[in-house]
Order: sequence, then structure tokens, then C-alpha cells
Amino acid sequence: MTVHSFQEHFDEKMDKDQAIEAKDWMPDDYRKTLIRQIAQHAHSEIVGMLPEGNWITRAPNLRRKAILLAKVQDEAGHGLYLYSAAESLGISRDDMMEQLHSGKQKYSSIFNYPTISWADMGAVGWLVDGAAIMNQVPLCRTSYGPYARAMVRICKEESFHQRQGYEIMLTLANGTEMQKKMAQDSLNRWWWPSLMMFGPPDADSPHTEQSMRWRIKRFTNDELRQRFVDVTVEQARILGLTIPDKDLKWNEATGHYDFGTPDWNEFYNILKGNGPCNKERLDVRRKAWEEGQWVREAALAYSDKRRQRKEKKAA
Amino acid sequence: MSQKADSKREWPLWEVFIRSKAGLDHKHAGSLHAADADMAIENARDVYTRRMEGISIWVVESKYIHASDPGDAEILYEPANDKIYRHPTFYNLPDELTHM
Repeated sequence: MTVHSFQEHFDEKMDKDQAIEAKDWMPDDYRKTLIRQIAQHAHSEIVGMLPEGNWITRAPNLRRKAILLAKVQDEAGHGLYLYSAAESLGISRDDMMEQLHSGKQKYSSIFNYPTISWADMGAVGWLVDGAAIMNQVPLCRTSYGPYARAMVRICKEESFHQRQGYEIMLTLANGTEMQKKMAQDSLNRWWWPSLMMFGPPDADSPHTEQSMRWRIKRFTNDELRQRFVDVTVEQARILGLTIPDKDLKWNEATGHYDFGTPDWNEFYNILKGNGPCNKERLDVRRKAWEEGQWVREAALAYSDKRRQRKEKKAA
Repeated sequence: MSQKADSKREWPLWEVFIRSKAGLDHKHAGSLHAADADMAIENARDVYTRRMEGISIWVVESKYIHASDPGDAEILYEPANDKIYRHPTFYNLPDELTHM
């Protein structure tokens, strides 16, 4: 088969909504784009453990602590599913680590905000995981098989994350005046960054068309953002909290909420590395990687030694 | 055996297969890195069975999996296409016929 007919075969699969598997031929750009997207997603899960890990030892009771531990452990698992999916495209785990630490590969900007109160554990679960789910559910049907299968597993588990976050908000919102204030303050700080999680407006998102064609993106940034606003307004109402947007208004004609514009300058600034926690997050990851080096080496040395002993015995 | 070469060596990749309950097959769940088989099983427990997804785990180092070439799909599977007489629905039998 010539490259041309490989390409035709690939296009036909795209048209017929068929999956691409690791050993199938795929265009270089498809492979590169997927590696970038999956690695970024994996890094987001791993870096995303940090803002929540911050509160494990300070959770208000044992129930909350056990739940938060389980949630952070899930994020680690999600990172691992995704790293494996990316590796099936021919990049090594170590390469991805290096590219995270050098800044060549990114992670979601949302994790560059600090978690300064316990209420943030509620808002992160409710809003950040909520936005992530909105982004991720369509990816369960993405064209690359290993990615789609990882997403199915992840989406099943994320639902608990969002619900436990909402429960924290509900408890605070129905608590003392002080607790309610904490919950509102947290919503105020996380609302706009959550809207930014869907990425820049469609007009400034040049790769959307190609990604939609490849089914590695199934809805545009603005479509998903609108959907998120529509469902979250009602959830905030049940909490009795106010969404910090004076332009938020039901639009009878469109059947959707109109809402204000996030501060995209802030978004691009954080993307460039100037967010409140960019440096701290990467420093922590680098330190963990460097200080874990001897463990990785020791485990290999131990397994080598055991294998050699076994071979000697057999001989 | 230089230090440098060692530090560049990654833990090998393993494929994980999980039996979800007694009586069912082990099914491919995903892959992970581990230094040896014991660690692979422990890691598989943590990564793939946090919610009672399984009662038994198999791990196989990925390099030992031999797979068919997707380019051979036509040669391998096409011949089954024109042998529809292998399916019970191929046969036209009277409607009143029962227990068959």
C-alpha cells in the first residue's frame, strides 16, 4: 500500500466513525496532536493532585479525610491510564515527565490557582471536576481506541468527585453564617477559572476544525462552556449561592443563559507561567521525580538480582 | 554497568488482565509500569481494582504479547465473510418447526 492509500483508509475510518488502534497507520499530525492532548490531560490529573493534597491532613473530620484521600488516589489512577494511552502512540513515560518538567508539555491552568480554604475542596469538586466531566464525557467516543477506553474508566469515577464536592458546598451553605460566607467566597474565586477550563473562545481556537474532524474533540469550547453554565446555574440556586457574574441572565429566545466574558488576559498570562502557583506546582513535581530516582533504580536492581538468582538456581 | 545507563532505564511495561467475577474470562484492563511481576500485580490492584472491579489479576510483560498485523486484517478475516452458511440463520426451514 502506498502512503496515499493508507491515508484513504484512515479517512474512511474517520468517516465511518470507526476506532483507530495503536498499531493502525495514522497521519503524523494525528499522532502528534493526540500525544500532546493525552499527555496534557495526564499531567493535569497528576498536578491536579497537589491543590487537594494540600487539605488531606486538615480535612474537618475522618469521613471527609477518607473521601479526599480516595479522590486524590483516583486522580493518580487517571493520570496512569492516560500516560499508558499516550505511550501506545510511541512516547515514553520518562519523555513525558521530562517534557512536563521542562514546560514543553502543559497541564490545565486551573491547577495554578491556590486552594486557600476548606470550601475550595467543595468548589473544586463541584466546578472544576464538573467542567472536566463536561469536557471528558464526549471523549469517551473519541477516535483513538486506547484514549477512548481510558476516558470511559475516568468518567465513571469522576462522577463521585463532583458529587462529594457538591456535598461539601451543601453542608457549608446550610451551616453557620461564617461557613456560608466561606462557600460563597470559594464560588467567587473558582467560577471564572472554571469557565476558562473550556479553552479560548472558538474564534481564537484555530485547531478546533481539524480536531473535530479527527474526533479528538467532539464539541467546540464555546458549546461546552454554554452547557456548563446552563446546568451549573441551577445547582448554585439549590445551594443558595450567587454566581459572581452581573451579566448572567436567562435568554428566552435562545433557551440558554447569557453570561459575561472571562478575563482572557489572566488566562493567557497563567498559560505563560505567571499564575499564582505555576512555579510551586512544577517545583513540587520536579522534586518528587528527582527524589524518587533512587527508588526507581533500587526496584530495578532488586528485580535484576532476584532474576539472576533464579537463573543461577535453574542452571 | 554504568550509573548513567541505569538511570535511563524505565521500569518495563505490563499488560493487565482482570477477572471481574468467578466464572468469567480475564479481560484486558490496561497497562502499567512495574519493576517486576509482584509489583505489577500490586500496582494493578491499586490502579485497576479500586472499586471491586476484579477478583483475580493476570499481568504479562508487554514485550511478550504477539499481535496480528492490522495490515493483514483482510487476509486473516475476510474469508469468513462469504461463509454465511456457518450461521444458523442461513437455513430456510418451515415456521412450524420447533425445538431447533
